[in-house]
Amino acid sequence: MKMVSASKYNRAERELKPAKAYGLGASAFYNRAEITQDETKPNHLLVAMSSDRGLCGGIHSSICKAIKADVAEKPADVDVKIACIGDKSRLILQRVFSDKMLFHVSNIGKKPSTFGDAANIANAIVESGFEFDVGKLYYNRFKSVVSFQTTTVPVFTVDAISNSDKISIYDDVDSEVLQNYCEFSLVNLVYFTLKEGACSELSARMTAMEAASKNAGEMIDKLTLKYNRTRQAVITRELIEIISGAAAL
Amino acid sequence: MSLLRTLSRLPRSLNYFRPIAGVQTVRRYAEEALAPSQMSFTFATPSEVYYNEADVKQVDVPSTTGDFGILAQHVPVLSVLRPGCVVVYDNDGNTEKYFVSSGTITVNDDSSVQLLAEEATPIDQIDRQAAETGLSKAQQDLQSSTTDLAKAEAQISLELHEALLKALEK
Repeated sequence: MKMVSASKYNRAERELKPAKAYGLGASAFYNRAEITQDETKPNHLLVAMSSDRGLCGGIHSSICKAIKADVAEKPADVDVKIACIGDKSRLILQRVFSDKMLFHVSNIGKKPSTFGDAANIANAIVESGFEFDVGKLYYNRFKSVVSFQTTTVPVFTVDAISNSDKISIYDDVDSEVLQNYCEFSLVNLVYFTLKEGACSELSARMTAMEAASKNAGEMIDKLTLKYNRTRQAVITRELIEIISGAAAL
Repeated sequence: MSLLRTLSRLPRSLNYFRPIAGVQTVRRYAEEALAPSQMSFTFATPSEVYYNEADVKQVDVPSTTGDFGILAQHVPVLSVLRPGCVVVYDNDGNTEKYFVSSGTITVNDDSSVQLLAEEATPIDQIDRQAAETGLSKAQQDLQSSTTDLAKAEAQISLELHEALLKALEK
């Protein structure tokens, strides 16, 4: 079990390197231009980037916990909608937030995600019909083989960008360019979070499988000892019976 | 003369006020990590990173509003790429040509440039035969398409293959 997940993990880590540089490049503009999100605006979209497969430790539950905590903190007049990428988060969140579910995406996690998958997901977000003012992607950032961190990355809307202060220093930016830029940025962010999430999930699964293998090994050893002891006890009892029977004669 | 004598009588603890020989103290403002004459160029696709915060002299990009070249200290710009040729001139005078399908280009106020392409490939890895077959297929699709969506997709494919062949001409 560990060997299979180790080979998948190695591949995911290799694919993460360019994706990380790509994701950082994509968010560089937002950092430089100091674009912020106004949290008081009414429509919020929270997207849980998880997957379909379990047996990976606390990966899916930590994303859902973060979402639950954030939703509880939001003021009452805010309309929150949740989109679930991957069945596991949908199963957990549907129990609590069934009225807030916008859409969900399946078939994530069985094969490595491609840019095309990210484009389809971003398309679904844009075409969902929900005009959100504040958007957040919840994903597990890959820190190391043994640790990950659940973080969010903001999705800025065209309005948030055009209303920021520093946008005026950018030359020749009209609304169509900004719209295209925003949509492409969304795909980049979705791709980046999918890749990071996949890497975190595979490393967590590797750790979980290793622990499971070790526990199973220990259990086998303990049960083998017990079996031998029981077998010897039965033989001893039979011998005693035979001997005492023979002695009685 | 008297000043020198008073200086020599100063206690040892004041030694650190004496200027270090040979070094000019220069007053500076807190400055950006990047000197303005350098460009930090990042050119990446989802599957590969060609340049990561590299220092290059000039980059020519094909954008939807026209082709333009970017040197250090270029005005901040946000633009969308169209299928075409990206030429990177590095500091030694060498040029590298890449073909990009689409993407975005961002020039920030600290001379950092991010060229994020959806698909990119070095020019010498393009197969002319495949580009020509793709072009004829796109032309056929455009003529036989009925819905707007199919027409738009065929149009995009046509533009891409024309740009591919044009890039191979150069």
